[in-house]
Order: sequence, then C-alpha cells, then structure tokens
Amino acid sequence: MSEYKIIDHEYDAIVVGAGGSGLRAAVGLSEAGLKTACISKVFPTRSHTAAAQGGISAALGNMGEDDWRWHMFDTVKGADWLGDQDAIEFLCKEAPQAVVELEKYGVPFSRTEEGKIYQRPFGGMTKNYGNGVVQRTCAAADRTGHAILHTLYGQALKKNTEFFIEYFALDLLMHNGKCHGILAWSLQDGTIHRFRANMTILATGGYGRAYFSATSAHTCTGDGGGMVLRAGLPMQDMEFVQFHPTGIYGAGCLITEGSRGEGGFLVNSEGERFMERYAPSAKDLASRDVVSRSMTIEINEGRGVGKNKDHIYLHLNHLDPKILHERLPGISESAKVFAGVDVTKEPIPVLPTVHYNMGGIPTNYHGEVLTKNDDGSEIIVEGLMSIGEAACVSVHGANRLGSNSLIDLVVFGKAAAIRTAQVVKPNSKHEKIPESETQKSLDRFDKMRNASGGTPTSVLRDQMQRTMQSKCAVFRTDKTLKEGLHEIQQPWEGLKDISVSDKSLVFNTDLVEALEFDNLIRQSMVTVSSAENRKESRGAHSREDYKDRDDQEWMKHTLAWHHDGKVDIKYRDVHSYTLTNDVQYFPPKARVY
Amino acid sequence: MVQFALPKNSTIQKGEYFSLQGESKNIKKVNVYRWNPESGQNPRLDTYEVDMDNCGPMVLDALIKIKNEIDSTLTFRRSCREGICGSCAMNIDGSNTLACTKSAKEIKGEINIYPLPHMPVVKDLVPDLKQLYKQYESVEPWMQSEVSGVNGVEKLQTVEDRSKLDGLYECILCACCSTSCPSYWWNGDKYLGPAVLLQAYRWIIDSRDDERKKRLKKVADELKLFRCHTIMNCTNACPKGLNPAKAIGSIKKMLVSADIS
Repeated sequence: MSEYKIIDHEYDAIVVGAGGSGLRAAVGLSEAGLKTACISKVFPTRSHTAAAQGGISAALGNMGEDDWRWHMFDTVKGADWLGDQDAIEFLCKEAPQAVVELEKYGVPFSRTEEGKIYQRPFGGMTKNYGNGVVQRTCAAADRTGHAILHTLYGQALKKNTEFFIEYFALDLLMHNGKCHGILAWSLQDGTIHRFRANMTILATGGYGRAYFSATSAHTCTGDGGGMVLRAGLPMQDMEFVQFHPTGIYGAGCLITEGSRGEGGFLVNSEGERFMERYAPSAKDLASRDVVSRSMTIEINEGRGVGKNKDHIYLHLNHLDPKILHERLPGISESAKVFAGVDVTKEPIPVLPTVHYNMGGIPTNYHGEVLTKNDDGSEIIVEGLMSIGEAACVSVHGANRLGSNSLIDLVVFGKAAAIRTAQVVKPNSKHEKIPESETQKSLDRFDKMRNASGGTPTSVLRDQMQRTMQSKCAVFRTDKTLKEGLHEIQQPWEGLKDISVSDKSLVFNTDLVEALEFDNLIRQSMVTVSSAENRKESRGAHSREDYKDRDDQEWMKHTLAWHHDGKVDIKYRDVHSYTLTNDVQYFPPKARVY
Repeated sequence: MVQFALPKNSTIQKGEYFSLQGESKNIKKVNVYRWNPESGQNPRLDTYEVDMDNCGPMVLDALIKIKNEIDSTLTFRRSCREGICGSCAMNIDGSNTLACTKSAKEIKGEINIYPLPHMPVVKDLVPDLKQLYKQYESVEPWMQSEVSGVNGVEKLQTVEDRSKLDGLYECILCACCSTSCPSYWWNGDKYLGPAVLLQAYRWIIDSRDDERKKRLKKVADELKLFRCHTIMNCTNACPKGLNPAKAIGSIKKMLVSADIS
C-alpha cells in the first residue's frame, strides 16, 4: 500500500480545468454563493482556449439580419443530424446573451463602424436556413479565444474564486455510482490533495494529442475523459474527430477559418480553386469535414502542392494588406514564424490537421453526466458534470461548425453553474466515503511514479499517435480500422513496461506525461473501436466502404466503456425533439453545401 | 556593501555531458540549467548533443527531443507551441523569449538555456511566477462599469477607441519583459513591473471602463510605477512585439495631466 500524506479540502463545487468553460462555470458558481475551487494543471491563461482564433458564434445580427433559429439549423446540419436538437436550441438561443455578457465582462471585440461587435462569415453559417452567407461569428481580430480566456480569468478573480494552479487531477472519487470529488497532485510542492465536493465539474478539454499531428496544445490530453473511463463510465461519439482544413504544413499550428471568412481560398497544384467543385454554393466556407475531405481527395489524386505534392495552398495575398493587419494579425505572424511565409505575398502551405473532439463525456444540456444502467435505462451520474470540449452534450454531433466551440464553452459553463446552484445547497455536508477509493488512485499514482520498465512514455505515445494518425484519419475503411484496433493494443500493453526516470514529486513532468499517456491511450482505444463499429459515413466519420449516411440504422449516439483494455459499446437515442415550441425539430435531409 | 557573489548553494556546477548516440552532420550542443529541489545539490549545467537534422526548427523542439530521447527528467513548461499560451518563456542565448517561437538555427554556436532570471526556481527551467500573478490581480484586471448600457445589448465602442487596446490586450503574461527588467530584479516585491503595468494601462485606456481615475491613482506610486527608468529591456524582450515601456510612459504622462486627487 502506497503511503502519502493527504491534504483534505471541502468545497460545495469544484471545477477541474480553467479554460473557457471551466472559468465561466467557476464565475457562475462563485456568484451563486457556492464555495468553489477551480483546479488546473496549468495557469488559467495558458489553457488551450487561448489558441482559438476566428471567433464565437451568436445570432446578434450586427452585420445584417440574423435569427437564432437559422443558427440552430446550421448547427443541426453541420452536425449531420447527430446533435441533440434540444441542446442545440438551448445553445443557439442563449448565444446572443452570452456574447453580450462577455462584452460586458470586457472582451475587446473588434468593432463595426456603429461601434457594435464585429462579426465575420464562417464555414457553414448561413441565413434563412441555408440560403446565402451570414456574418455571425463575433471576433476580437483573430485572437478571440485569447481575449475571452484572459477576460474570464479576470472575472473569476473579481468573484474571488479559489484557484489551485498546477495541480494535476488523478482520479474521480466515486462511491455507489456517485461522484464525491477528486484526488489531485500539486506539481508546485509535490503534495497530494483530496478535494471533497458535492459537485465535480470536468472542464478538462479534448484529447487532440492522441494524434501525431494536431493543432491542439501539448496539454490537450483529455484528462477528464481518462478519469471518467477509469471510473467505469462511458464516453460518447468518440469516432467523430474533427480535422481542421488549415493547419500549417509541418508545424500543425492553426490558421483560422476566419481567413477564408475574410476572403481567403484554397488552391491545388493546378492553380484551381477546387472547393467550387465540391461545394458549389458555400465553396471554401463549407463545413470543416467537407473541406478537409476535399483537400485530402485533391492530394490523393495527385493535385497536392509542394515537392512531395502532399499539401494545399491557402491564398490570402489577394486581400487588402490593411484587412490582413486589422483582422488577421495573429495568423500573419504564425505563417511568418512557422512557414516562413509573408501572407501579403505568398500562399500558406496547409494540411487538414486534428483539431477538435466532437465526442466526449455524455451530458444533458445542464451539463449533468449521463450513463446507462445495466438494464439499459439512462441515468444521471450524481455529483458529476462535464462541459466544454471534454463533454458531448451533444450540440456538435458528427461535425462541429467553426466558432461554435467558444459559444459552447460559455453557454454550457453558465448552465452548469446554474444547475449546480439548484441541486447543491451551500455548505451542505460531505458524505464519508471509504478510504479504499483514495487508496486505489494513490496506488495507481505510486505504481506509475516507480515504474521502472524498459519503455519510456515518449515511445509508447509515439506508437499511439502514429497508429491514430494512419488508421483513424479523414478517410477510414474496415481494413484500416481493424489494423488500428490491433495496433493500438501495442502501446496499451506497453503500459505494463513503462519507465518513469524521474522519481521526485515536485514538478515531475516525466510522471505527468506518463499519467497523461494513461488518459490518452484509453480514449484512443475507445475512438478506434467506436469508429470501427459505426458502419456508415456521417460528418467527420467518413468510411470509404460505407459511403452514405444511414439514418435507419445509425441515427444514434455511440457509448463506449473501457474495461481493462476491452471496449464495450452501447447506444443512446439522438433527441428528435426540441426544448420548446419556439422552433420545430429539423428532420434529416441530404447535406449539401 | 552589496554582495555580488552568488550564495554558495546557488553556484552553478558543471553537469553531465550527453554525447549523441549515432552519426550526425549537424550536431548542436544545448546547455541547460538543471536544479532539482529534492536532490539537495547545487544547480548544474548539463550539455546535450542534439541531431538538428532530425529535429524541429524551434528551441522548444530541441528541448522536447531531449526529453523524449535523451533525458526524460528534464523539466520545463510548454503547452500551445505556437506563441499564444506563454508557458515556455525562458532565457535562451542570453535573452528572455518563448522557446516555441525561437528558431534554433538563428543561434550561433551552442545554445544556452536558463530559467527566466531573478525568479525563484521551482525546478530546472520552471520559475515560480506567483508574485507576478499576485501583482496582476492587484491591478483588478476586469471591467469596472456602473452603467452597463442597455440591457441585452453590447456597450458601444468606436473603432478608434477599440484600436487603443491594440498592442495591449495581446499580452500573453509570459513574464519575459518583467524578468528582463533590472528595476524589477531589484524591487520586484514593490515595483509592479512592465507586464503588469501594460495590463494596468489596458484597463485605464479602455473607453468602456468607468474607473480610470481610480486605476490611475492606484498605480501612481513611487515604487509601483516610478521604479521604471525607461531602460527598455522589456520592449526588447517581448516575444509578441508589444511595447510595455511605451504603455508605462503613457501612464506617467496621464498622471501629469489627470486630476486624480
């Protein structure tokens, strides 16, 4: 039995993660008078929300007529009808208020001549149910995520949220199906902390680093998802991984879709604007899955650019340098630094790059985590919520629209805080749970810390990332996925032989990376299994052997459990109803851009 | 007399040398400051030979390669790897900058890497920035406005007023500037330093904020503000191309003309 001194804390609610959704939830919880702690493995403004560029969607109508119902239709269609329409209604209806609230918090949005929030066109965002482009994406130049994250951190400071910074969350403390808090490790001084809470909100982000090339930060290791899988709870729709059309070739850094919103376009080796062929009406502003597939086809058919004909050019050099300077300064800098390109003169070399996980921890629109009983009935996991990219509400379904993630963060961050305030009374008692729960997590921690096998984490991680990149990519077949299922076992089995050289407790990033790998590999396995299992093409999940969407058989959410290396799959119904009568259910139809 | 010698337990000693296994025509020596608080030993300088032909272009790529392939105990912060999160600020080749946007090729000869100067070290290249974060909190970096405008509608701001925030709001709080400032080295506990003053000015100059006077009064202090002697290291160091010195100058100028009594 491993022995560590445990420092105990008691809170009404804890938020794990301090990105956009975690901070917004923390602000709401503090406002509601709940004793709140926000626990994060990085200082809040280092969270990956900072890297969001193009903007945050909301039907404000500042640049022409708009309606939240149009936004809802676009989101439903973008999701290829896999989204839950009650949740999507909630998202789009709440969006304008949420953006106005951010503005009042101080977000330095770019402005129109009238002094209103500037909005730009974005992929899949249309007016009047698919008839023409609408300007719906609210922007602070091309640093919208950074501006929002810093502003929300300021608000959390204002509301006196208690932060535990550079604490790495280890496991959920579960008992009788209920969550009672978490165990965490302080990197700053190496101590172990037990946070008891009547509500635990996982806002831990996506697991983009399961792949070799991702726009995601090194820290995007889906730690919440790993904790949930270890706790015997399922993840939902994990087969849906978004490839962003424009990651910088080689470096993988993001070039915002807003660059195409401002008039940029993609070109193949023949100098052709090929998107006109694939999406005659939306062209370069079709949804991301469509553009990424089109680019991949161009490259596969020999029309890629560069020495190896393995990427595509994004042209911005026809745009007014003044516009580039005002509205796209960040990506102009990124292109210079990471591709050596002056965007006013040359095109940027780009490639579809892993960017976002539509899948995640299943929740309802309040943020409450869902699972299924043995008898197949759906239940809420008491004491546990999830929000942001970590969660699957599901508003993004099979494919997320650009600028719908930032709005997801703040709308559901706020909703989770409101719900928590309804179900948790301030200063209520904390149920005593058996020490064995804590001990189980500590044993895992101690075992990993003292792991002295023959394989460093970096080797296992590399195996996993290369398997995911080659076997579970933009296009999938039964063959690649079966190979993926087989190959991904190797890094999983490799965990038994992992080595951690640094045995210390203070800021041991060797151990952090090993624990992060444990989180990533579980989610990778669940992802490949879910993808192999779904025999249709829908949104970002594109199977060459099942080219069509099959609503008859597959209009359902995948739920996947990870039991010691084995993945079990069940299903949940997609909600075919709206929240209110303000809007009617949008029945599935062909998805054409 | 001021004691200029380092205390005994801070003297940097010669560390380990990690020779490259295998062949390479393009070897770069990377010297890295190492210190483990749990070892009880003095800091040391380890040297790693890195095959730059099989390494990404940035200094961060070299550090990650070392951690992955040579020495997994090497400790540093990193996250976005594209210059927006501010995690990997360190002293490279004598200047404070972000490892993720600093090209390794640009550095002539060996690459010397130390933590950000004059901060307590947690471990290796990880500095303790708690003091700077506390100072950031002290300038109340949130909107203070009684009249929040019409309900349900954003507060208007002209394009011109919004442009006054350019060059300020982009700060990523990496601390490269503050830790390059001699005034901050000497009086870091009292002087707010360039990073925090830049943020103070970001709120002072925001047309939507109602508390300009209060904010000015708060920083109008011999130590908090006027320890800036326009040395300009901050502006030279900023990896985002911002100009904290100019922002500090603007605050000083506003104090001359504003009635803050």
